[in-house]
Amino acid sequence: MTSREQILTSIRSALGRTAGQSVPPLPQPVLRVPYSDHKALVDTFVQSLEKLAGKAIVVRAAADVVPALAKILEGKRLVASNASYLENCGIRALPNLQTGFTDPAAWREACATADIGITSVDYALASTGTFVMLASQQEARLESLLPPVHIAVFPRSRIVANLDALLGLLPLPAEQTSSMVLITGPSRTADIEQILIRGVHGPGEVYAVIVEEN
Amino acid sequence: MAGAPTAGIQKTIDDPRLQLAIYSATGRLVSHRAGSIRADLLPEYQELRTRAHELKRHTIDHLDHYLEQFESNVVAHAGKVIFCRDAQEVADFVLGLAKERHARLIVKSKSMTTEEIDFNERLEHHQLEAVETDLGEYILQLAHQRPYHIVAPALHMTRYDVAEVFTKSLGVEKEVEPENQTKIARAVLREKFLRADIGVTGANFLVADSGAVVVVENEGNARLTSSAPRIHIAIAGIEKVIPRAQDLAVYLNLLGRSATGQPLSVYTSFLSGPRRADDLDGPDEFYVILLDNGRTMLLVDPEKRESLFCIRCGACLNHCPVYRKIGGHNYPWIYSGPIGAIITPQFHGVMQHPWLPFASSLCGACAEVCPVKIDIPKVLLKLRAEVTEAKSREGKGGIERFAFRMFAWMMTHPKIYLPLASIGKKFLPVLPKLGPLGKWASQRELPKPASQSFHKWWADRQVR
Repeated sequence: MTSREQILTSIRSALGRTAGQSVPPLPQPVLRVPYSDHKALVDTFVQSLEKLAGKAIVVRAAADVVPALAKILEGKRLVASNASYLENCGIRALPNLQTGFTDPAAWREACATADIGITSVDYALASTGTFVMLASQQEARLESLLPPVHIAVFPRSRIVANLDALLGLLPLPAEQTSSMVLITGPSRTADIEQILIRGVHGPGEVYAVIVEEN
Repeated sequence: MAGAPTAGIQKTIDDPRLQLAIYSATGRLVSHRAGSIRADLLPEYQELRTRAHELKRHTIDHLDHYLEQFESNVVAHAGKVIFCRDAQEVADFVLGLAKERHARLIVKSKSMTTEEIDFNERLEHHQLEAVETDLGEYILQLAHQRPYHIVAPALHMTRYDVAEVFTKSLGVEKEVEPENQTKIARAVLREKFLRADIGVTGANFLVADSGAVVVVENEGNARLTSSAPRIHIAIAGIEKVIPRAQDLAVYLNLLGRSATGQPLSVYTSFLSGPRRADDLDGPDEFYVILLDNGRTMLLVDPEKRESLFCIRCGACLNHCPVYRKIGGHNYPWIYSGPIGAIITPQFHGVMQHPWLPFASSLCGACAEVCPVKIDIPKVLLKLRAEVTEAKSREGKGGIERFAFRMFAWMMTHPKIYLPLASIGKKFLPVLPKLGPLGKWASQRELPKPASQSFHKWWADRQVR
């Protein structure tokens, strides 16, 4: 008998079950999604992120994004995901930016040496100040992880109320992606004397740039 | 409590610095949790706990079904599932894979399950370096210590201890600022992440309907571990499975709040299979090791089975008056506090540590804060009964049984009891100095006997 069979057999004998025996249906999951309009969602998101020492910048239109970030981006080595929304905002045209990667090794090297990683998000959760990113052709993993600063640029329509709302929209995330990550504020630790320190392994600084017009 | 590590416990209690560290760290976690579940912030908190308990009960009661569903969905997303009965089988699989892929360096994120099987030590014997990457775990690995607490592993160490560990093991200049110490660790570990061949994570949840591994953390090391190396191996106990992705609405809303008072921890990764065709990064290979290591034994008793509902938040440790005095290292295994007191005897056999289920005042704080409503005091009582039964099978505990039989007889014979009681009253003040009672009384204040006995008071009343 393989270990698999042995383990499943001991489980069944402990539980008094037989192989393939059916399972009573589970009650439907309960998801709690409060109603809020776009403006309230933006306000809540900004408050939640700022509580975590993240920074939020709200701009009117896509064209306002680059000017709003000019000071932060100046003289920095930048790397950006292939998200099409960044194209709309003019991010992809920045002179100090590396983007459009197709070679994994070059991509990794760029992320490991960049000062700032720029992404969009698939969703944002207002109640917790969370970015939700699904790995795809548009977004990868390392650009929001290796650089010490992460900036996410997205239209306000991507903000949903909370985690429950996200799971309502994406009941089966694995059908769309091999990796969905929820990022809630800067990387942090309190492992030494319970003192809060940001930027342990992931970015210590997190910015959200929210565009009001779609 | 014969067999208890009394010397170690006494040492912990007598160390004012350690007492302060345990007390203030657990106290902070207690207040953070309380602040995050306030009724105005999370009115559904109690309902979530009930739901979390019921979902776990359903899943564990039908564990074979959900494990098979999980397995087939992992395979559907091009991952592989390996069932392992024990530590040796895990080591054999990882060593075999490492050999085949010519791997030399493994990065690891925090996982109690791998602590359980001495994973790092087993690999070291085969010239395979396994590096812990959670800051606390990394410090402990360098110091050759085991975790002090489920979520705050280096809770007992000061910055000066950390400075000493770093100077000794990394050869760096003495650095006592936690911020700079963190930078040192970041630099060393960053290089490891980028060079590692294999990343090993634990799993907070295994999602059956998705074939996904969910990993929750604050530092980003688990994300790096599962994203940077070309092979990702998740090692999880078989009890970690939950039925549906949507059930995360229950568990994620409870886990961060119960552990550290965070509505959501910084990073929640939902990982299903290796990178897909269009992904620029992510692992090429994805394995999930499902570990038994004694868990199937815990399934046998329907009541004690709930010990497997635990989501490792550590809230029961923080609220436990025993843990807060004796700390983590006086427990016999890596699981400390109330949850350790019920899990360890069931994994190792009750007679391995017969004192452990008795090291509790049964105050019930653990059950009150448990996000999945494990009735820890009830399980402790069951384990106590098992210890007592085992002792009497071994012919031990005769004196205790005799004493209780005498007591019962005396209490049902007032003519004997009454004169004995009045003599006993006179001896009460010297009682603590008599033999075995001394130890018990040294930690307690005995109540002063009333000036008048109830019997006398009652008799006087009857006359009037």
